[in-house]
This record gives sequence, structure tokens and C-alpha cells, in this order.
Amino acid sequence: MRFTSLAFLAFAALTVLLYYLFPKAKRWWVLLVADYVFYFFAGKEFLPFILFTTLVTYSFARWMQALTDRESRYLEEHRDSLSKEERKAVRSKYKTHRRWVLVSGAILGFGMLAILKYTGFIVSIFRSSGIPNLILPLGISFYTFQSMGYLIDVSRGKVAAERNFFKTALFVSFFPQLVQGPISRFADLEPQLIEGHPFDSFNLRAGLLRAAYGYFKKMVVADTAMIAVQTLAARSDELTGGYVVLLILLYSVVIYGDFTGGIDIALGIAEMLGIHPAENFNRPFSSRSVKEYWNRWHITMGSWFTDYVFYPLSVSIPMQKLSKWSRAHLGQALGKRIPVYLATIFTWFLTGLWHGAGWNFIVWGLLNCLLLLVSQELKPLWSLWQTKFPKLCASTPWHLWQATRTFLLMGLIRSLDVYRNVPKTFRLWGTIFSTFNWGEIFSGGWLRLGLGIADYAVLAGGILIIFLVSQLGKAETPLRERTAKKPVLTVFLLGAFVCVILIFGTYGIGYNAGDFIYRTF
Amino acid sequence: MKQIQLKRWLAAAAILILLALLLCALNRLLLPKYRSGNTEGRLTADYYTDVKTRHQVLFLGDCEVYESFTPPTLWEEYGISSYIRGNAQQLVWQSYYLLEDTLRYETPEVVVFNVYALKYGTPQNEAYNRMTLDSMKFSPVKLSAIRASITEEESFASYLFPLLRFHSRWKELTQDDFTYLFDSSPVSHNGYLMKTGVEPMTSSRAGSPLTDYSLPVSSMEYLEKMRLLCLKNGIELILVKSPTNSWGYWWYDEWDAQINDYAAKNGLSYYNFIPEAEKIGLDFTTDTYDAGVHLNVSGAEKLTSYFGKILRENHGLEDLRFDSGLSAVWQEKVVRYQQEKEGLLK
Repeated sequence: MRFTSLAFLAFAALTVLLYYLFPKAKRWWVLLVADYVFYFFAGKEFLPFILFTTLVTYSFARWMQALTDRESRYLEEHRDSLSKEERKAVRSKYKTHRRWVLVSGAILGFGMLAILKYTGFIVSIFRSSGIPNLILPLGISFYTFQSMGYLIDVSRGKVAAERNFFKTALFVSFFPQLVQGPISRFADLEPQLIEGHPFDSFNLRAGLLRAAYGYFKKMVVADTAMIAVQTLAARSDELTGGYVVLLILLYSVVIYGDFTGGIDIALGIAEMLGIHPAENFNRPFSSRSVKEYWNRWHITMGSWFTDYVFYPLSVSIPMQKLSKWSRAHLGQALGKRIPVYLATIFTWFLTGLWHGAGWNFIVWGLLNCLLLLVSQELKPLWSLWQTKFPKLCASTPWHLWQATRTFLLMGLIRSLDVYRNVPKTFRLWGTIFSTFNWGEIFSGGWLRLGLGIADYAVLAGGILIIFLVSQLGKAETPLRERTAKKPVLTVFLLGAFVCVILIFGTYGIGYNAGDFIYRTF
Repeated sequence: MKQIQLKRWLAAAAILILLALLLCALNRLLLPKYRSGNTEGRLTADYYTDVKTRHQVLFLGDCEVYESFTPPTLWEEYGISSYIRGNAQQLVWQSYYLLEDTLRYETPEVVVFNVYALKYGTPQNEAYNRMTLDSMKFSPVKLSAIRASITEEESFASYLFPLLRFHSRWKELTQDDFTYLFDSSPVSHNGYLMKTGVEPMTSSRAGSPLTDYSLPVSSMEYLEKMRLLCLKNGIELILVKSPTNSWGYWWYDEWDAQINDYAAKNGLSYYNFIPEAEKIGLDFTTDTYDAGVHLNVSGAEKLTSYFGKILRENHGLEDLRFDSGLSAVWQEKVVRYQQEKEGLLK
């Protein structure tokens, strides 16, 4: 069941209706049933995998909780008889025990993801034929990460394990965010899922507006641009030079409209149910540095890797030992960098791998890492520049230049995702500077990419609307919330969205861009 | 406070009504008009402009009916009032549902079904489906026709609301789309689509051999449904095969034998006009516009004259020219038919 299908619209509407028709205490059951109905129609062969993840998540979380409870009971019962050291030893023993349970659970959870997603890739490194083609269940990267994040939180004692299996199942499978996130935290999402929210017409309006805007971004903007991107990718041997720049620009539009649009649909539906999962974007294309970009783009994934990979790795015992050793042998300046940089490289390697099983994803992750490390190293120079030219650095044109530079850099390395072949992508990047075919592009080449003038006009209009909404969204109260307070205006805007999407949207026979890109990650 | 709420509801309702009207208008605007070039897409819609006229005979089938029989000739020569509900590659279930649709308006005395489309047992082609179904008036019959006809890649919803299919036509709207936005005047002559060109049939090549000559079970089931529906409504069902038989559209003897058996078993009349071509007076060097695939107006008039006699003599269809009201209606149709023919032949 695709988000962009009429069947999904009917399904979502029915879920919202049933949710509010049920007594508050039973509403979470409606969500759970809806999750599994959605997943069943997405592919019933995927069901065993999500059930396995749920079972692992539930049982290992309960196991760790039992250890924590036993530890507390023991310490309570022996409060007067244990010395400080003995108490420390008991805590340490239980911590080690929990860690082993966590590692076992993670091996099972991540192991299934690794087998299904990466077996083919690993085998392909060693041989060129007989590569297994395993199924990749819908949203597996998202629900595995969300579930494993919960297990880590339980092991750290940040949250108590859920006692009800079905409630755990609901957390793992909440359907709006199953396809492409956001990757929520248990402490944030679970209470909202279980609580029976009262009907609130404001939530309904705000959610509808958000979902409609998401559909607009996906179907009118992203899928239209995707037609040209597909042509550029399919004919990449001949469409070099300026066409590569065109692809970088258009694919940036595609990925933005597709991913943020999909998240808007997911969060919009959740909002109609009174649920507010974590935000995943904060006007990422206005970022003035790569670091800022990654604080604004796919926020929940970034914070997941930071909290569950980067920080634990940075403060791990081997890293501390490495830090000590490198400071002693390589000096303070370089010595303190090495463990941080190693943790950064490993985190970005995993981030790339999370996106897909392919060298292009790994190289993409490592290039992001490289950009971040280089900007980190250039920080003193940048500070010097700021001191010398304070007025320039505070000016709008300078900020615009920074945002454009970041946008182009991120777009450039993102094109690895389109060409899906690292040496070829590098070669094509080279042609930007060696093949000057802008004349050909402007004299009609741009109209031979599957889009006509009318399509480009729609695209330009769509981008302009997204830009304006983004600018208006800077205010303290988001534009959508301000609008949703006015019911008549909301109905009018929804009607306008419906008309625009129906007429200018890219869908139906002849178009195959219906799926969301992040659905495949 | 209550007044403000009421005002809000009214304003929202007004916006929703306007939205619905706008979508209906857009739906109408974006639907292909089939007025110039490919006019076959208008054939289903044309019928609804003539539902008030009494029709003794209803022709059903694919292009072999709407290019082979001319209702104005049938009226002029025999006083038989008829209508053709045929479309390009109209599949047998579409013929069945168009018969059901017709029965919502009238009950003809005779249904003439051209058997060529029986060779298709599964949905074939979106473009032909669209031309047959899009302009069918909404009814449970239409829903059944859509369900039976759509190919795997098509969506049911897009037939209920064709805007979902034709939305991207906003880029290719022409003057026709605005001129014929509300114009429902017919392009055909009671379902007959006039072609006056001549392209002689030069090949006498027979169709390629088949591995299986059985007519598909599904299409024979619909033929049976059609027979039963006619029986229930007191209509005589006549089976025909038009006289055209070019190698790409070959009518195999084995198929003919199956239809003969079916007709004999159920007491139906079956006229295969292929071996009758000479008797009819058809000359395939002058009576076809596309090398023998279809008849042109000259061929169609000859066949209609021949078949009219059969209808009169074998099936007892009354001459209705005494009915002044009906005569007046047909007079207009005949004049329009003659004018178009003369215009095209000039």
C-alpha cells in the first residue's frame, strides 16, 4: 500500500475515524491493528520479520528490566550490610550482565537487518555471480534502529521496559513512520501511542494541512523532477558536463520533496491522531555549513548515530586507551584528535551503510565525514577570517554564499546515490570542469530530459511555494499552526492542494516514480 | 459565538461545493473530446443523444459493426430503426454491459452481435477500454463493465473519476477541448462512423495457423449471458460476422464452426457474410478504406441493403416509415448522413 495510493488515503481516513470512535483506553488497539493491516498490504511476506524484531525487542528489554529490578531489590534488601565497594561491585556485575543481554539482542536485531540487507553486497565483493537476492522488508532499517535504540535506552536505565507485548509491537510498527521514519525514541513516542487522545479539530486541521503539503511536495515537485533525473541517470554516458550539474540540482529537489514530503505525510497523519513524533527536518537547505546541514537534515537518524554510536564509541575503554597512547606518542594536538576522528569515521561509515548496501553509500558517508573533518580542521582559519572581515561575514550575501556552497557540496556527493557507481560518478564530476556543453543545454538540451516547458513551469512554481512556506515558517509559531487556527482558510487551502495535486501531480499510468526513495533504505 | 460557528460551517461548505464543482469542470475539460482525428472515442456518448428514438435493432460489436452497417440506409430502404453500440476493439463483456445499459432506456426487438471479438478472452488495451467506457453514463452496469474490462496496470478509480487518468492533458489542451466542453452533438450516424476512402485489398493471404482454435471460455460465457439477457427481455439475438477477412484479422473456419454449433444448439440465427461477399455485391478493390480490414461507406451500404432484406424477411421486422414522428426524426438523420457523405466524397 503506497502512501500515494487512493487505497492508503482511504485506509488512513478510516484509521483516524475508528481511532476516535473507540473508547480512549482502547484507542491504541486501533493503531496496532491498523499497523498490521498496513504492513500486511505492503507485503505479507514481510510480517515474520517485523514480528521477529518485535519479539526480540520485547523479550530482551524485559530481560534487562528484570536484571535492573533484581539489582535494585538486592541493593535495597542489603542496604545496611553492603559496603560502598560491595555495592559498586554488585552494580558492575548487573551492568555487565545487562550489557551481554543487550549485545545478544542487538546481534539478533541488527543481525537480521545485516543478513537481509548486506549479504548480497558482501558476496558481490568476493564474486560476480550467484549473488543472493534476499527480500528487504519494508522499513526494516527504520524499525530496527528504533527498536534497538529502545533496547539501549533500557540497558542504560533511561526508560523502563514495556511490560505489554502488544504495546511494544505498537511502538515498533506505528504505520505512518514505518516507511521512512522518523526514527523515534521510546520515551517520546510510546506514551503518546498508548494515551487515548481526545478528538481535537485543530489537530485534525493541522494534520490534514501537513499531509496535503507533503503530498504536494512529493507528487507535484519531487516526482516531476524525478522524470528528468531518471533520464539524466539512464543516459549518463552522453549527458555529461553541465548535465551533471543539472542532475545535482534536480536531484536535490527530488530528495528534498520526496523525503520531507513523505515525513510531512507521516507526521500529518500522526498529528490527526493527536500524536507528535519527533521532527526530522529544519529547513536543511538554508544550512551554512555541512555540520549545520546534518543538524537540520534527517535529524532523528543523525541523533540516533550520535547517541548510540558516536558518543559510546568515543568514551569506550579502547578509545580512552587509544587517546592516552596517541597523546603520549603523537603529541597533545594530534593525539586528542585521533580517537574523535576514528569515532567520526566509523559513525559515518555506518551511516553510509545504513542508507544502502553499496560502495556508493559507503563513499557517500565517508565523503560527508571528510567534509566535516576538513571544516573542523579549518576552524582556526575561519575564525581568523571572521576577525579580519567581521562585517562581510555578518552580511546576507555572505550567508547566501555559504548556504549555496553547502547546498552544492551536499548535492554533489548526493549524486552518488543516483549514478550508483563510484568511479563513474567521480568521472562524471570531472566532466563538470572538462565538458563545457552549457550552450547545448540552453539551446534545447534541457527540454530533451522528459520534461517540457510546462513541466518546468510547474516545477519552478512548486519550488517557489516550498521556498516561501519555508521562509514563512521561520516565525515562532509555525505557519501551519497559524493557518490551522482558521478553519475556513484551512478548508480553502486543502481544496487548493487537492486541485493542484490532482492536476499537476505526477501519477497514473506512464509514471513510475510513486515510491519514496527512503522507503528502500 | 454560535453565529460565528454557523458562518464558519457555511463558508467551509461553500468552499467544498465550489471545489466539487471545479473538479467536475476540470474532469470534463481534461477528458479527451474525440472530435477531430480519433472520433471513435465519441461513439459510446453518442448513444445517449438518441435514447428517445425507438430502435428496433441494436447492433453490438467492435469496429466490424460500426464500419459495416449504416442505420440511415436501413431506415431509408426498409424503414427499420436501428442503433449501433460498437467501439474499437469492443470486447464481448463490453458488448454485454452496453446491452444492459441500453436496456435501462429501451428494449429493442432484435440484437445483432458481431462475433469477431469473441477471440479475446482477457482485457486487452487501455486506450480502447477508455474509448468504450469513459463516456458510459454512471450506473451499476458501468461499474460492472469497468471491473470486467480493466487491465492490470489500470485503476478502477480512474474510470469513476477520469481526471485521475487524464490530469496531465492540461499541457496539451486544444481549441476542441473548449469548443466541445458542453457540446454533445453526435459524430456518428446512429453509431455508424463514416469512412469514404478507398484502399483496395491486394493480399489474399490467409491468417497464420494457431496452436489452439478454441474460442476463450470467458468470452463464450459472456455470449451466453447475452443470450440469456435477450431471452429474458424477449429480444431476438442474431449473430453475424462481417464480410471482411484480411490476414491480420482472420476469421478461422474452426471459430466459425464453434459459433455455428453454439447458434444451432441455442436456436439462434448466425450469418457469416464472408462467403456471401459476392452475393452482397462487395468489391474489395473499391469497398474498403484500409485494404480489406474494414468496409468503407460504399461497402457498408451494400451490406446493409443485403442484411436489411434478411431482417425484414427472416425476422419479420416491421416497416416503421408510416410513423410520422419517427419518420421526421429519421429524415433529419438521413439528410445529415447524405450531406456528410457528399462532403467527404467531393
